[in-house]
Amino acid sequence: MHVICRNVALAGIASLAVSAGAFAGEIRVACYSDGNECEVTQDLAKRFEAQNPDVKVAIDKVPYKAILEQLPVQLAAGEGPDIARVTDLGGLAKYYLDITPYVKDPKYWEANFGQTLGWMRPSPTDKGIYGMMTQLTITGPYVNKTLFEQANVPLPGPQATWDQWVEASKKVAKATQVPFAVAFDRSGHRFAGPAISMGAKYFDAKGNLVVDDGYKAMAKKLYDWNRDGTMPKEVWGGVGGSTYKDAFEEFANGRVVMYLSGSWQIRRMDTQIGKNFDWIAVPNPCGPAACTGIPGGAAFVALKRTKNPKDVGRFLDYLASEPVYAEYMARTENIPANTAVAKKGVDYKISPQAKAALTVFVAEVPKLSPVAYQIQGYRLNRAIFNPTAARLGQAVAGEMSLDDALKRINSDIDEQVKAAAK
Amino acid sequence: MSPARHPLLGLPATAAAAALNAIDPPMRALQRLLGVPRIGWMFVAPNLAILGLFTFLPIVVNFFFAVSGGVQLYPWERPFTGAENLQTLFDCENYLDPMSCRKDLFWRSIYNTAEFALLQVGLMVAFALVTALVLNRKILGRGFFRGVFFYPVLLSPVVVALIWKWVLQREGVLNAVLAAAGTSPVGWLSDASWAFFWCVFVSIWAHMGFYTLILLAGLQAIPADLYEAAEMDGASPWRRFSRLTLPLLMPNLIVVLVLGLIRAVQVFDEVFVLTGGGPGSATTFIVQFIYQTAFAEAIHQYGLAAAASLVLAVSLLALTLVQLRITRRNLAGRAGRDNA
Amino acid sequence: MRNLAAMLSARRGRGKPDWTDWLSYAYLLLGLVLMFFPVLWLVLSSFKSAAALNEFPPQLLPYGQKTVEVAGHEAPLPLYRVTLPDGAVRELAEVRRIGIQATLIDPAAPEQEYKVNIRDRKPVREFRLALGNYTEIFNKFSFGTFLWNSVFITVVATLITLLFNAMAAFALSKYRFAGRDTVFLLIISTLMIPPTIILVPNFLVVSQLGLLNSLWGVIWPAVATPTGVFLLRQYMLTIPDELIEAARMDHASEWRIFWRIVMPLSAPALAVLAIFSVMWRWNDFLWPLIVLSRTEKFTLQLALNAFQGELTTEWHYLLAMTVITLVPVTLVFAFLQKHITTGIAASGVK
Repeated sequence: MHVICRNVALAGIASLAVSAGAFAGEIRVACYSDGNECEVTQDLAKRFEAQNPDVKVAIDKVPYKAILEQLPVQLAAGEGPDIARVTDLGGLAKYYLDITPYVKDPKYWEANFGQTLGWMRPSPTDKGIYGMMTQLTITGPYVNKTLFEQANVPLPGPQATWDQWVEASKKVAKATQVPFAVAFDRSGHRFAGPAISMGAKYFDAKGNLVVDDGYKAMAKKLYDWNRDGTMPKEVWGGVGGSTYKDAFEEFANGRVVMYLSGSWQIRRMDTQIGKNFDWIAVPNPCGPAACTGIPGGAAFVALKRTKNPKDVGRFLDYLASEPVYAEYMARTENIPANTAVAKKGVDYKISPQAKAALTVFVAEVPKLSPVAYQIQGYRLNRAIFNPTAARLGQAVAGEMSLDDALKRINSDIDEQVKAAAK
Repeated sequence: MSPARHPLLGLPATAAAAALNAIDPPMRALQRLLGVPRIGWMFVAPNLAILGLFTFLPIVVNFFFAVSGGVQLYPWERPFTGAENLQTLFDCENYLDPMSCRKDLFWRSIYNTAEFALLQVGLMVAFALVTALVLNRKILGRGFFRGVFFYPVLLSPVVVALIWKWVLQREGVLNAVLAAAGTSPVGWLSDASWAFFWCVFVSIWAHMGFYTLILLAGLQAIPADLYEAAEMDGASPWRRFSRLTLPLLMPNLIVVLVLGLIRAVQVFDEVFVLTGGGPGSATTFIVQFIYQTAFAEAIHQYGLAAAASLVLAVSLLALTLVQLRITRRNLAGRAGRDNA
Repeated sequence: MRNLAAMLSARRGRGKPDWTDWLSYAYLLLGLVLMFFPVLWLVLSSFKSAAALNEFPPQLLPYGQKTVEVAGHEAPLPLYRVTLPDGAVRELAEVRRIGIQATLIDPAAPEQEYKVNIRDRKPVREFRLALGNYTEIFNKFSFGTFLWNSVFITVVATLITLLFNAMAAFALSKYRFAGRDTVFLLIISTLMIPPTIILVPNFLVVSQLGLLNSLWGVIWPAVATPTGVFLLRQYMLTIPDELIEAARMDHASEWRIFWRIVMPLSAPALAVLAIFSVMWRWNDFLWPLIVLSRTEKFTLQLALNAFQGELTTEWHYLLAMTVITLVPVTLVFAFLQKHITTGIAASGVK
């Protein structure tokens, strides 16, 4: 009997030591990569350790799914890392640590990260610094130029509408015998760009989430395109729940002419497609209201449960400094969120294709609609993004009519917002 | 060779032996204290402790979750809501139409699970029976073939799902074979009915061998001279099967049916990796609904998930009680016939 | 020799092969193909390069594109079979490709360049095993860590399972104490409880014990297997009580009786349980999914699941990982099949 007692005690002690994570001077960073962000972070962390020998930085490389599904549960249980790279900036805000007292110069942060700091604040009146954007991402379409050339169809101009783009892509698909014309990532976030272009406002006068005519118009388009074979049903209709699924594979294998994704895919395109065909980024197509994408990006956020807030502040300060941040951007091929770095321009050492794509995306930033910024910064945006994917996916799969799906989206939003308020 | 002399295991074996010998004196003391019959409690205690801590305690805590709301993880931080979660789950105009329910996904998953369980168990037991009958004959390489059918049982659900995902891909080998035969490739996992079919198929593929073995053991327990006597009496093969084999195999068949049903209702791992519940919610089963509600959605509704799991627990309890009833009646019936 | 002939011609007992025999063999052969071919296909595919995996229709064996060294170029150039405008078919090496136009040269006469549409060229291939799939995963994905985690959990959990279950089975089979039957029923009833029902509360218990993200958090909840207790109890019931009585009269303590007499006698059942436990722990998925969220603690199954979402365009790595994950279980199967099958038969029949 006492064998067991001893074992349990030992196990408890051993695991407490491990799961408590940080000894004095050690910080754990949970990181996921779009391309190579975690490798670069690890590199920079080693340099930071050399400059600050009293701190150890451990980078945990995890899949994106773990950040989406497991990190929130960990944090709720009082577990987790000291810093995490997250995309649901508003949803996890209650776990963030304000590092204003731990950074060298809060004004530097305000000046250079001002716009995006608001995305991580729990309320509009809060003035704290909770993390650092590791990138500014914009959603936007990629196009397989090689196919357009083979089909002898001219690329639509910068003011072309969604309908015009889809028409052109359909012609190209037919001529080159490619199975699908267009693909969207299965994500409410991706859907939001075209929806806002079609007139969706996402918020009503009181500031609550709403499914309006613009949203419905885009939903109908998505539904029709999937049903008539313009878009591959496997992406939106192929998985269950609100699971994220990207259509990168379809595009990379040359089965889709036009692919709505975002600027974080550039590096992946470069590595995995490379020169197989000419891939280019094009400006967001227009709708009656706008020609917009959605801004976003992942941020390294400081977490309340850390036992070394000073070291967390120091490390984030290091990463946010101009030279380090510029290098980070150059190596990960991301758009900088640091305005000073953005103004100076980043010396990307990348293929001409990637450079061209980045230029297009950077040029999209001024065209972003204010609604896009609003929905991205809204704490509970998942309450509409998740049901968008789940319910429209069910409609696409033929399980329910589009009207039913839209009704369900409304009830899902209500339920989730109510639950979050308890 | 005793473990202590084994070249590789010698040292650890001696160490283990020494450790276990050291337990002897305290156990003797306990023995003197409790007396021989009650020392049984000591032996069963570690197992019970683990079960208590990790099974029974969570069941009790689950009740607390089921009657609470909110999104907090700790039960003491959750507001008490009584039967609200259960009410949400059962809020339907027409119980047969998931679309009229508030939690349409819950009801859809229930109907999916019922359909899956009936289909999968029915087909699997049928195939297992046929395979057991075939393996029971005098054939060359029986041991080898027995192993062949049993091999997939050893594979983990993730591996099973990945194997078949790879085969069923749009550019996978199945479509390649079809293309060579002249038909066009099919998106197997992106069509609702086909995805369901493949979930049933893969589940049967992965578990049939286990039940085949049980049935085979049952078949081999039937004395051969019974068959010879029946043949000499002029009974046809079908008669021999229906009047001799089937009744004598009935206990095993019942075990297989009930075990299979219990497992089929709890299907999750293979399906989750194979289809993720898609397309839409065509292959979302009840366990995935529970997992999703508690862990995978942006807003974790632990209370709702706990309530749904209670519904599942009650159904399983009912199933097992039915099994006990049938076995008891079957055995009593047999005893009655034997004594007549 | 006579025995072999007799065995080869073993029939239903009539002497002549009967249509039911042919049907049986056909069924078994179909079963063989259905059960083994998918696994075989997985293994074959795991040796193909990423490019080869993207092809449709897929080739049966792994092939790689031939490359050729040409003077004046650093890296070896890929070889293509090209249809030239004049109709001739030549094997040329590709220098660069832009858009739909490829520039190729003849390795023998590198000065002359041919500009050809990419549709008019086909890669020249040879049989090649992409062993890089296997070696790279250890570097890129710390696969060794996952392997170690799985092995640790499996071995330790099996040892503890054997000890605890044997103790419980011994108590339930050889002792008569008040509440014995209730305890037995309790243990068996847990078989009916699906793990999902207790997922969230169990997560809470484990996190309060500080076992989250620890391999022990996966081990401890899993060791009290009711099937194991059931199996061992069935077997121990067959051990004659006289042996135990005799030992008691020799003043042996109960622990000694358990350890020196009952355990060795139960060796066959223990072996079966050990095999089962190895299989269960190696294949555990849902519970480790909840408990372990740090990548360095992932088991092989978790790593596979995590990467199958991430690596949908990198099937070559995923396939190699899958093959490695199923090798240990296959080895167990190959060598210990008899024990497993007799064990199941014994436990299922009762």
